[in-house]
Amino acid sequence: MSTTTLTHDEAHDHGAPKGWRRWLFSTNHKDIGTLYLLFALIMLFVGGASAMLIRMELFQPGIQLLDPDLYNNLVTNHALIMIFGAVMPAAAGLANWMIPMMIGAPDMALPRMNNLSFWILPAAATMLLLSFVVPFFPGGGTQINTGWTIYPPLSVQVGMSMDFLIFAIHLLGISSVLASINIIVTLLNMRAPGMKMLKMPMFCWTWLVTAFLLILVVPVLAGGVTMLLFDRHFGTSFFDAAGGGDPVLFQHLFWFFGHPEVYILLLPSIGVLSHVIPAFSRKPLFGYNSMVGAMIAVATIGMVVWAHHQYTIGMSLGAVTYFMIGTILISIPVGLMIFNFIATMWRGAMTFETPMLFAVGIVLMFTFGGLSGVMLAVVPADMQYHDSMFVVAHFHYVLMPGAVFGLFAGVFYWLPKWTGHMYDEKLGKLFFWTNVIGFNITFFPQHFLGLAGMPRRIVDYNVMFTEFNVISSVGAMVFGLSHLLLLYIVIKTIRGGKKAESRAWEGAKGLEWELDSPPAFHTWTVAPQIK
Amino acid sequence: MSHTNKSKRPYLPSRPRALLASLPPLDRRMIVSSGLLLTGLLFHSQARAEYGLNFPEPAAGVAQEIYDIHMLTMGIATVLLIIVFAIVFYSLYFHRKSRGYHADQNFHTSWFGHWSWVIVPVMVLGVDLTIAGKADIVLKKVWDVPKEENIMDVKVTGHQWWWEFDYLDHNIKVESRYIPEEQSGDLYLREVDNPLVLPTGVKIRFLHTSADVLHAFWVPELAVKKDAIPGYITETWAELNREGIFRGQCAELCGTWHSRMPIVVESVSQDKFAAWVDGQKAIKVAAAAEASADKTWSMDELMTKGKTLYETKCAACHQVTGLGLPPAFPPLNGSVLTTGPIADHLNIVINGKEGTAMQPWGTLNDLEIAAIVTYERNAWDNKTGDVVQPADVKQAR
Repeated sequence: MSTTTLTHDEAHDHGAPKGWRRWLFSTNHKDIGTLYLLFALIMLFVGGASAMLIRMELFQPGIQLLDPDLYNNLVTNHALIMIFGAVMPAAAGLANWMIPMMIGAPDMALPRMNNLSFWILPAAATMLLLSFVVPFFPGGGTQINTGWTIYPPLSVQVGMSMDFLIFAIHLLGISSVLASINIIVTLLNMRAPGMKMLKMPMFCWTWLVTAFLLILVVPVLAGGVTMLLFDRHFGTSFFDAAGGGDPVLFQHLFWFFGHPEVYILLLPSIGVLSHVIPAFSRKPLFGYNSMVGAMIAVATIGMVVWAHHQYTIGMSLGAVTYFMIGTILISIPVGLMIFNFIATMWRGAMTFETPMLFAVGIVLMFTFGGLSGVMLAVVPADMQYHDSMFVVAHFHYVLMPGAVFGLFAGVFYWLPKWTGHMYDEKLGKLFFWTNVIGFNITFFPQHFLGLAGMPRRIVDYNVMFTEFNVISSVGAMVFGLSHLLLLYIVIKTIRGGKKAESRAWEGAKGLEWELDSPPAFHTWTVAPQIK
Repeated sequence: MSHTNKSKRPYLPSRPRALLASLPPLDRRMIVSSGLLLTGLLFHSQARAEYGLNFPEPAAGVAQEIYDIHMLTMGIATVLLIIVFAIVFYSLYFHRKSRGYHADQNFHTSWFGHWSWVIVPVMVLGVDLTIAGKADIVLKKVWDVPKEENIMDVKVTGHQWWWEFDYLDHNIKVESRYIPEEQSGDLYLREVDNPLVLPTGVKIRFLHTSADVLHAFWVPELAVKKDAIPGYITETWAELNREGIFRGQCAELCGTWHSRMPIVVESVSQDKFAAWVDGQKAIKVAAAAEASADKTWSMDELMTKGKTLYETKCAACHQVTGLGLPPAFPPLNGSVLTTGPIADHLNIVINGKEGTAMQPWGTLNDLEIAAIVTYERNAWDNKTGDVVQPADVKQAR
């Protein structure tokens, strides 16, 4: 193993353990980061395959491929796998890899817990996939046809697969909370001497806020689904009006988690952008302090506007007015973030390598998704948009650019650091263009479908909706298949390629670029001094 | 303004003009120009009428206001988007290394860098307040159901997977179900057997509830969408301002056949509505008379009646073939229930089965239940030969 330039005594470094023990028993933040990223990559393909099946079914009116329950089972699984299996673990993988290297720490603060929080995930994913598969076995009950929101009373009707799903959510929640505790402890205690909170790299800030959000909201979801479990099996009536309960209560609990979850998915990618855009604009991030402030504001306001997902449940005028105004106000900190990114690009000396292409894509398309979000926040107009394809288009415009493209940008940005090889830039750019064009062809027409009156989560539709569904499905095939290119690029880069320098990008700043590419198994065993 | 539903004339709402006129000239110009641009981009040719790019033409006052606020926010969003795109593309073109541009390392320390965190939020707040201010006014109109003596009440009950409309003031009930593709053709999933007939020019209050899981009543022309929640009642209102046929669908995922819950509103003049009400009442009286007649029905009569009833009310789940869709919807062909004791069979039809999608059908009259049960016991391979009379049903209740 090579040693880093800044560590001086590596006599005790025996390098990485060999064989499966290296991974199963790993307490090394880099290995666990790799595990998270590989897990996320696998889940991306599982979730993507289900999305492509959904779009194939919607290619034409009529029911061709999937029976209605299987269709909604796929809808449910697509969402849960993408959110809990792909985006969150990928963001956690980036955190594991980068946070210790960025703050000059030798590892995460709680390495064994780090191991646990990863290895819960495969178990949780197994439970999640079982919830999908079980109904196909004799006596397996009905399929989960509720969507990821699992609203009762429909979710009470579902067979035993719902119980698998509830336990999967518990496990995923435990994993997330453990990882969050680890990140918070690491960031608060393990920063290199001289690195004050307001000198911390922005990616670390975004993850600090994300981790607090996770700890605050995941237990609420766990409580909600536990109550659901009790309603299903132990005769309670939390969500059953006939027993004095209220079906809407579940929606409040769910979205109290579900809305902050949007920011949980989003913020780590905002953190990645805060590194990528300055690096390729060759000038410092514009408005570091306002970025931190905006992020905390987003998280705080985001915690208290959950009911804008439920404008149609019959809340009082006062309540909906509050949730509407609160939601619209989120545009202020989010607008400031976007502004800061644009101002970072402004008067920079930009080059457009793949990470930067994704970053620019995010700035443009996330702005678009954010603006349709303001439209949705307006209660009277939402009486039309609610539960239509317009909403589907909106949240994919928020989550694909906002979360997934940010992760892609991060992967391409740091891949040379991780592997020691430069990825194939031509293929990277090809991936960007097929991916982004495919994405827009898929989701842009869905706005029109929603406005014209097509509800979401329907397996079959009237011929009046055919044209845009055809376009959307064709786009989805391009979009889905483009990810094979990502897989190819990643494998190719791992196996070889042009040797990456320690500072792989001309404009890259930060402690991680002081280390070798790839870095030694243990880095920053002696903390750097920050001036 | 008398448009028919099928009008393909490009529709320019009058309200946005009024809204625009109230704005300062600069805003007005921006919105109009963005609107034109949007029109150019999206609404070119006659595609709009065929593909449906925007909300359909509203058919109620409140729907019109919602349409207007939608156009306003979309206009503002478009303007902002154009500004952002313009700035970004300018920067992408001019501030690039390949053009020899040198990064301005002090941009973030200029006065602009120091104060942008105040300037930008204040500007965004201005936009926010513009939107929220307009929205708040419309919201009050949408939310506050007029408290008037003569408001017409329609109770809308969502079922898996059909709608029940109770005209509370007229003592009429309408059951509304989708029509299979063979009969509905191009209107498949947008056509029902019995539409919701409503009069124009009358304030109508919809009281939404559900018999099983969540549903949501959504007709875009009326712009009212509210969840139907079992055990709770939510309310919306509308006053139709033109005649026509307006189609919508259930918007809240309600299980297997969520896609098969169309809603068709037939908006008619008050005279026609009154005639329709009289007709419905006459049908109801005749049906009640038939059911209560102390008559013993023959197997054939019951089978004919039963087949029709079964295919409208039961076949969505148990299928026309009686094979069901296991495991959610058990088969009736050759099942223990339909070939075993009649009492058990009647019990489950009248009272439903808790914890499943099988709902109680006790609201049907004795004759209808007798016909359904007789049919189920003799259709397909069941051939039990049992004839269940209305009197048996009365006893079983």
